[in-house]
Amino acid sequence: MSAQTSAPPRISFWNDPFWRGLIFQAALALFVIALIWGAWSNALDNMARRGIPTDFSFWNKPASFDINQSLISYSAASENGRAFWVGLLNTLLVAAIGVVLSTIVGFAVGAARLSKSWLVAKLATIYVETIRNVPLLLQLLFWYNAVLKPLPAPRNSVSIFNTLFLNNRGLFMPQPLPQAGFGAVWLALAAGIAAALALRFYARKRQRETGAQTPVGPLSVALIIGLPLIVYFMAGRPLAFDIPKLKGFNFDGGMRLTPEFVALELGLTLYTASFIAEIVRAGILAVPKGQSEAAAALGLRPGPTRKLVIVPQAMRVIIPPLTSQYLNLIKNSSLAVFIGYPDLVQVFAGTVLNNTGAAVQIICITMAVYLFISLVTSFAMNLYNKRMALKER
Amino acid sequence: MKNSVSLALLFAVAFAAPSLAGPTLDQVKKRDSLVCGSNPGLAGFGLPDDKGQWTGFDVEFCRAVASAIFNDPKKVRFVPLTAKDRFTALQSGEIDVLSRNTTWTQSREVGQGFEFGPVTYYDGQGFLVRKKLNVSSALELSGASICVQQGTTSELNLADYFRTHDMKYEPVAFATADETIKAYDTGRCDVFTTDMSQAYAERSKTANPDDHIVLPEVISKEPLGPAVRQGDDQWFNIVKWTHYAMVQAEELNVNSKNVDEKLKDPNPEVKRLLGVEGNFGEGLGLTQDWAYRIIKNVGNYGEVFERNLGDSSKLKIKRGLNALWTNKGLQYSPPVR
Ligand SMILES: N[C@@H](CCC(=O)N[C@@H](CS)C(=O)NCC(=O)O)C(=O)O
Repeated sequence: MSAQTSAPPRISFWNDPFWRGLIFQAALALFVIALIWGAWSNALDNMARRGIPTDFSFWNKPASFDINQSLISYSAASENGRAFWVGLLNTLLVAAIGVVLSTIVGFAVGAARLSKSWLVAKLATIYVETIRNVPLLLQLLFWYNAVLKPLPAPRNSVSIFNTLFLNNRGLFMPQPLPQAGFGAVWLALAAGIAAALALRFYARKRQRETGAQTPVGPLSVALIIGLPLIVYFMAGRPLAFDIPKLKGFNFDGGMRLTPEFVALELGLTLYTASFIAEIVRAGILAVPKGQSEAAAALGLRPGPTRKLVIVPQAMRVIIPPLTSQYLNLIKNSSLAVFIGYPDLVQVFAGTVLNNTGAAVQIICITMAVYLFISLVTSFAMNLYNKRMALKER
Repeated sequence: MKNSVSLALLFAVAFAAPSLAGPTLDQVKKRDSLVCGSNPGLAGFGLPDDKGQWTGFDVEFCRAVASAIFNDPKKVRFVPLTAKDRFTALQSGEIDVLSRNTTWTQSREVGQGFEFGPVTYYDGQGFLVRKKLNVSSALELSGASICVQQGTTSELNLADYFRTHDMKYEPVAFATADETIKAYDTGRCDVFTTDMSQAYAERSKTANPDDHIVLPEVISKEPLGPAVRQGDDQWFNIVKWTHYAMVQAEELNVNSKNVDEKLKDPNPEVKRLLGVEGNFGEGLGLTQDWAYRIIKNVGNYGEVFERNLGDSSKLKIKRGLNALWTNKGLQYSPPVR
């Protein structure tokens, strides 16, 4: 008894777990820093000795090559740094659309696998099992050729109402050109969204206080779509369209989806969706049967049971593996290089690297960019996960 | 896969001991073989035949270097490289010499730490189009979609040409030649562009080669030659003089069939070349009969050209600029003396 009340036994500094841990951590950190620093300066040394460029001056030098899809203005006279942004934006474009589409397809197929209809469930199973088990690269090459082969040459394009044209150079669409006064439509859209949010807020409050429910869905849609539409017509339809026209070899004007983009998007979406479908199925099955039985016992109809009981619990299981599927999709988009889609790897780690010889710098930048995109994605998903996670009350 | 070469370079420069860059010749001798960066599959220049034997004009250049060193043209390991990966492979030390229809440009040499040997083939860029488009000149190509391989001078010249003539076009760039020509063949592009010599070789890969023509315009200078890393003068000299020995042999009418008789030729130029008089191999770190070995095992420049690109080959390319200077061509060798 008395031993416990006296001062704790003096242990030597070396044996104190706190100090010991600290020292080991610090030593490890120092070692890692020294290793990285050593590797870096050694690399610079070796490169300088071999006459390989070691600096970043290539960034501002003219790129001298053209790129066929760019979200920002770019020409052969632009700098390599500009080419980097073109490639990066193309990567982000294909990845962002891919994430949205593969989520939609994946959730639909995942739910279909659990369908009570034998045919629907079997079809979903066949889809998942074939797509999941064939290498993505083969699928991309297949889609590229499958999309390209049967399409006609520009002069024999498939024309839809003389405004949409489909041929082996892509899908050509009219490009909307906002005229003076179109700003009002944007304002109406913003107002519509704000009104819909306010409505939702009010509905929740009302339900909390009185228990009565307010249908928000249809009204929100009317606000978000209807309001801008009314303003658009009132402002005298301030929108012109640039319709693509056949000129020489090809269509000129309008907007276009290239076959490379379509094939890449299709391949990435279908592939990732097959994994997401399995994750969704597992997530739904992970919710104990007792939960839906309990909901039924409380008198909830199947619709609200799904929305309020099953999905929120399933989402907790779904989100973490879903995040890694998104990350896979982003990284897999670099397979673009095999079907000629100008993504970051193709443009920057491909042509720019080759033209400048600054391999080490360019590979480091490219790796850092993918790391950054992946970190941002998982950060966002973690936030969402936190919101959905079980809250102990 | 595609970035493995770049990653290899990253590790090589980051962790290699600074002394690694020793004389290439010693490394080649120790390894008992030459490592040669080659084209993965370009008829006439570099491709493995059905038995897996590497053949072609650029391939035989490496065989000539191996002959000079080992007296054995088989002591070469070929590393197939795409246009985009080739320079990184040379920078990282994965290959000893790059002999892969590579254009000698100022930025590749000075900017990337290489040295180009003599021009083994004078080429220029051309356009391959479908006959049914009824195009007879490159100047009619405004608005066309053009398939091109990325990481080539072709990609850059293309941009220059259309900019100079104020024409629009859509480039579609692929990493390998096979994908590029396939995309052209399926109709994704109206035009396929590359070096003239290769346009003919690639045309043979299309479904109906007769449906395509090469337009008359040559839009660039493409001096093709072997490249080595900067900083090893001895190795650079060996590569350089391998080509010169072959050109000189053609100038002196020495070839793989008559080289043994020529050992008795009274002409002092022949005597010096074949090592009968003087020892010119010594300065290169090679034996006295270095050039004899090249000619005996591989042949002179004219023989190699004829076999791989000329009338005895499928390509039937004329000597043109690649004739000897005495025949109105540009192939010229400094004297061995
Ligand atoms: N001479 C040009 C072009 C060389 C080149 O790579 N040509 C392509 C065009 S067909 C080729 O040989 N590709 C073969 C391959 O990478 O598979 C250069 O050095 O940039």
